[in-house]
Amino acid sequence: MKNDNRNAIIAIEDSIVQVRDLNLFYGTSQALFNLNFDIPRNKVTALIGPSGCGKSTFIRCINRMNDLVDSVNINGSIQLDQQDIFDKSVDVIDLRRKIGMVFQKSNPFPKSIYENVIYGLRIGGVTEKPVLEEAAEVSLKRSALWDEVKDRLHDSAMGLSGGQMQRLCIARAIAVSPDIILMDEPCSALDPRSTAHIEELIRELNGEYTIIIVTHNMQQASRVSDLTAFLYEGELIEFGKTTDLFTVPVKKATEDYITGRFG
Amino acid sequence: MKSKYWREGEPFVWGSGAALALILLLILTLLVVIFKNGLGVFWVSPLSHLEMQDGSKLMGEVVQSSVMSMRDEPRSQLKIANRDLYSLDFKWVSDKDIKQVTYPQDAILIERQEYGNFVGFLSSVTLLNQPSLPSGEYATLLAGLDDLKANMPELEAVKSQISDLNYRVESLDHKLAKLRFRGEEQGDDFQQLTMQKELLQTEFQTLVTTLNVLQARLMQNTARFTDASGTMLTIPLSAMVRVYKPNNLSFFAKVSLYLQKTRELFFDEPRESNTEGGLFPAIFGTVLLIIIMAIFSFPLGVIAGVYLREYARDGFMVRLVRIAVNNLAGIPSIVYGIFGLAFFIYGIGSSIDQIFFPAQLPAPTFGTGGILWASLTLGLLTIPVVIVSTEEALGAIPGGLRESSYALGATKFQTLTRILIPLASPGIMTGFILAMARAAGEVAPLMITGVVKLAPSLALDGQYPFFHLNRKFMHLGFHIYDIGFQSPNVEAAKPMVFVTTLLLIGIVIALASTAIFMRNRMKKKFAIAD
Repeated sequence: MKNDNRNAIIAIEDSIVQVRDLNLFYGTSQALFNLNFDIPRNKVTALIGPSGCGKSTFIRCINRMNDLVDSVNINGSIQLDQQDIFDKSVDVIDLRRKIGMVFQKSNPFPKSIYENVIYGLRIGGVTEKPVLEEAAEVSLKRSALWDEVKDRLHDSAMGLSGGQMQRLCIARAIAVSPDIILMDEPCSALDPRSTAHIEELIRELNGEYTIIIVTHNMQQASRVSDLTAFLYEGELIEFGKTTDLFTVPVKKATEDYITGRFG
Repeated sequence: MKSKYWREGEPFVWGSGAALALILLLILTLLVVIFKNGLGVFWVSPLSHLEMQDGSKLMGEVVQSSVMSMRDEPRSQLKIANRDLYSLDFKWVSDKDIKQVTYPQDAILIERQEYGNFVGFLSSVTLLNQPSLPSGEYATLLAGLDDLKANMPELEAVKSQISDLNYRVESLDHKLAKLRFRGEEQGDDFQQLTMQKELLQTEFQTLVTTLNVLQARLMQNTARFTDASGTMLTIPLSAMVRVYKPNNLSFFAKVSLYLQKTRELFFDEPRESNTEGGLFPAIFGTVLLIIIMAIFSFPLGVIAGVYLREYARDGFMVRLVRIAVNNLAGIPSIVYGIFGLAFFIYGIGSSIDQIFFPAQLPAPTFGTGGILWASLTLGLLTIPVVIVSTEEALGAIPGGLRESSYALGATKFQTLTRILIPLASPGIMTGFILAMARAAGEVAPLMITGVVKLAPSLALDGQYPFFHLNRKFMHLGFHIYDIGFQSPNVEAAKPMVFVTTLLLIGIVIALASTAIFMRNRMKKKFAIAD
């Protein structure tokens, strides 16, 4: 069972990320086992699975956030545009500029809304005011927040509601024009209305950005994603078109999970 | 079966409340004692004139009353002043020996440059060069004092010229010593400087003569007084600081005197081995000491704290360092003082002297106690507080903010300067406040690193290069110790001890409230939503 997930690689014409033989260890305990799959460009890919199955650990490999954890050891490769991101020549700062990330808990910086959105540009060395203002407006419009905040751009972001904060975090991520946006359970701390808002936003961004979303909510995965991967205990059990995976799962474990028999 | 009262933990609530109340009570008592004694010092109290059973007469202000424990007799302590006549300022009088107490309206109190206060009655005034004398001796005396005050700027100008000249001669001496050290005693420079010095010395002589003439002229204006028992005393007007009739003052006159004396306290030099006059040099020394300490210790402490929390890989060494830092805060301050003496003064200071001021040796320039070394010693003492609070403040920042910043492509340094340090600043400020309060209160390490009873010149003044960090300094905390316990006339110094304590507390509170104000603004600015 441990090695038969090579067949999870399904034919994807235009993939942006290729994961090959990825193993990850926290100290001595292994968290990811031999992951192999391709992620399509400009599509939404959902990762589902029970808590502790390695979904978040996996997406944190893509922008190398796991570098920040001392005890993590990784082998295998993740190719992004034909380049192994774990290669020594890769500048992790450049990599992270290409890959935006939205976290479970919305965490805007204690700065103004405007400063939050352009943070990535500022640290990237952009100083021209017109460029920054333009980027802020475009990003806030893309994340469907513009109308709500355009009159108080210079107020503190701490005055926003939870859903607005999360959309601000998305705006912040897309302000640096990334290739990929990683979303780690972006709606789990939000109420249903804000969740609907974010889901709508994800659907709107679909086609322009490659989005990889981790979610606990299977309805959400089926609503927003084109492809879905089911992870269980650090292994990729099944990966396929969302419509297929939810209607005719191949694996028994997948079926059990999506029908709510465990997890 | 325990009662409901015990089960609900009521006694613990009461117990913890009582502990807090006890602590508050202790602090409050301390503050009340200091404020009561400190604030009352400058309020004019009446002069009592006592006629004793044996016919002798005494006059002075009643300082305190108590009951003698041995004989169960009430007695009062009288500040009879007139140290030059009686040699003692204070006298205990048994109440049963007193025949009559009066408060004479024309009793006069003179604050003097020397010998403390004089208490008695005015008999005559001798003024030279005073064309129109007002009627009445008291009015004449006041007019004479006004005239004296008008002459003071002239005197002060000459004095400051002399001190300037002194400084210039001193720096010429330094240059000459340097040339002599290099063996260039025959050179043109040396000759020129020697001539300059001679010129200055002639000028100096002229100024001293002028000063002497001025002072002699001022000394000629005198007034004659009698004390309570009729002894005559002549006091030159120039020796008087302030003259008033305590029993003949309106409330507003008292308020005005109170404010005058408070002003004197803040802006004037001390007199009479520090038991009277102002505290300006000590206030200045204390504040400057804390500022220099902060300049050295705060940035260093913050950087060290940042390294420990953000850069150092958490492991055995880091934990060891952390424990060591925490323990540093518990080392007795006198040990820091000794370290400062050995390391800063004898180590670094002596080396500086050998490299930069070899000509002045064996007289030390930096190789002796001074405000710089005392500040560095205090800095060392307060750095652990700053490190610990910086670390804690950084640790309290939610990890999500760090990750968000990194995920946007920020480097560690960018994350630190743009997100972490601003967010941690209120916590770091708390550390600064604690460090400042601790530094302001320390005396022991200062005593061996450069504090003195009386500093002739300030560490910051108008003479080039303005900062004289090698100079010795005065300090309020040391002042308390010195006048309270080392003064030859402890009784007379007591009020000043309270005033100095009050001032020191005031300075600490002022510094801390400034910092707290800034911290609250930062807190508001960098509040994190949950």
